[in-house]
Amino acid sequence: MSQKYETVIGLEVHAELRTDSKLFCGCSTKFGADPNGQTCPVCLGMPGALPVLNKKAVDYAIEAGLALNCEIQEYSKFDRKHYFYPDLPKAYQCSQFDFPLCKNGKVTIHVNGVTKDIGINRIHLEEEAGKSVHSGDNILGSDYSLEDFNRGGIPLIEIVSEPDMRSPEEAYAYLTTLKSILQYTGVSDCKMEEGSLRCDANISLRPVGSTEFGTKVELKNLNSFRAVQKALEYEQQRQARLLDKGEPIIQETRHWDETTGKTHSMRTKEQADDYRYFPDPDLVPLIVSPEWIEEVRARLPELPPAKFERFVREYGLPEYDANLIIATKAQADFFEATVALYNDPKTVSNWMMGELTRLLKTSGQEIEDCKVTPELLAKLLTLVDNGTISGTAAKSVLEEVFATGKDPELIVQEKGLAQISDTAELEKIVAAVIAANPASVEDYRNGKDKALGFLVGQVMKETKGRANPKLVNELLRKQLS
Amino acid sequence: MITRDDVLLVAHWARMELSEEEVEVLTADLNGMLQLAAELHSIDTEGVPPTMYGVNQHNVFRDDQVADSLPQEMALANAPDPKDGYFRVPKIMD
Repeated sequence: MSQKYETVIGLEVHAELRTDSKLFCGCSTKFGADPNGQTCPVCLGMPGALPVLNKKAVDYAIEAGLALNCEIQEYSKFDRKHYFYPDLPKAYQCSQFDFPLCKNGKVTIHVNGVTKDIGINRIHLEEEAGKSVHSGDNILGSDYSLEDFNRGGIPLIEIVSEPDMRSPEEAYAYLTTLKSILQYTGVSDCKMEEGSLRCDANISLRPVGSTEFGTKVELKNLNSFRAVQKALEYEQQRQARLLDKGEPIIQETRHWDETTGKTHSMRTKEQADDYRYFPDPDLVPLIVSPEWIEEVRARLPELPPAKFERFVREYGLPEYDANLIIATKAQADFFEATVALYNDPKTVSNWMMGELTRLLKTSGQEIEDCKVTPELLAKLLTLVDNGTISGTAAKSVLEEVFATGKDPELIVQEKGLAQISDTAELEKIVAAVIAANPASVEDYRNGKDKALGFLVGQVMKETKGRANPKLVNELLRKQLS
Repeated sequence: MITRDDVLLVAHWARMELSEEEVEVLTADLNGMLQLAAELHSIDTEGVPPTMYGVNQHNVFRDDQVADSLPQEMALANAPDPKDGYFRVPKIMD
């Protein structure tokens, strides 16, 4: 990226709220039902149907607002946003225009050791649109499209950031932090693959030192946080090239193509503001009392920033560890439950970030669904601590616990993995290894310390990893001197 | 002042096709409404909060409880061209 321009990025994030029923009607929000099996006159936009606001959705939106440091507005209202699109049966979306529920929040991000606040302009409540299935590979090549309105009317919050991000990397950090906070509150599943979390990005460039914004481009079809970052990186380069050549940036929506790694123009925004918002006469204003806000605030869990600080302070974890452990609430809870039973936080953190994470990644499971419980992990670590098994053996025991959920002690017994700390038995093996490896013995005697490591390895191999490494070391040195 | 072009733009937004005669009538009607609004503007409303709703109610809620939806065939009863449980719609973009 050339140093001539400063990048300005703002993000709009849509998160589906985890209610059982839709925002304005009683239809189920469950994912995966038969098409149009969860619709009614309200969410199909039949004339004469009367929408009634779901109180839980307001609760969740307030909770999200508080978690993101917003001011919850006493007065807000719902407005109709008009546009024609087949996934919008009423030809308007119920949203909040000039009086949103939450304003002026912020999210703190950490990028390359720098801490920065990203402002949140507003959070408002609105209804989800239906889902289109195109007959061809994409919308342009399709002769027709199929509409499923099961998703139509599911409650959403739209979180609009300030244009405070200055790099695609900051945008990525903002998104991961935002997702983690929303997941902690539990107001949204935040599953990008099911579409319950989506992101559109606005990006513009301006000469370094300028305070005016350049012409912005909106990016769509960003299906993962990495896609957001990659699309922004591409767009940053594209716009810089245009500006270098003295060509204008066109204000437009561009579509990210994951396979080609490029953005391409979708349509020009001829009239930016023709949504013709007006108050929805079928809905009444929403008044949130201070008591209501405090009631929701009391339910807020400890959020990632506070947990991060506490994990560093209380458990003495390095910041790097703390940051990884608190990434999800389930993981942080698992950590605390394990430490309560085995009081060595750094060791617990090492095992969680190392072996356990590796097993989870390979099997595609989440920590909360896997067979390793805090009790079982604590037991395993105790076995290592009291010398019953070696660290190497512990890894294979963990694999077994992960696969079966069996008690580590039982696995150690069944597999005969208990460490050999019997000096007489080990002395025999050590002698045999020395006899079988004269070259290494020679090297060691000539001052090559590395050779000792090799000999230790041979003993471990002979004992299938069961020898107590400390004892092997001692015995080898003794016999070789 | 509402012009003929304003009327045509609004008609386009509403996907309405108007005859030449209707455009004329509507332009005059809408200008009459604007005039009425202008008269209302002359009233002193100092200290009166803005009114955005015709009814004086707020906070009408329902609990988050799932109610029966329409059966699929009922939901699709008015669809001109359903397919496999979906509403089939013509080509969206050219």
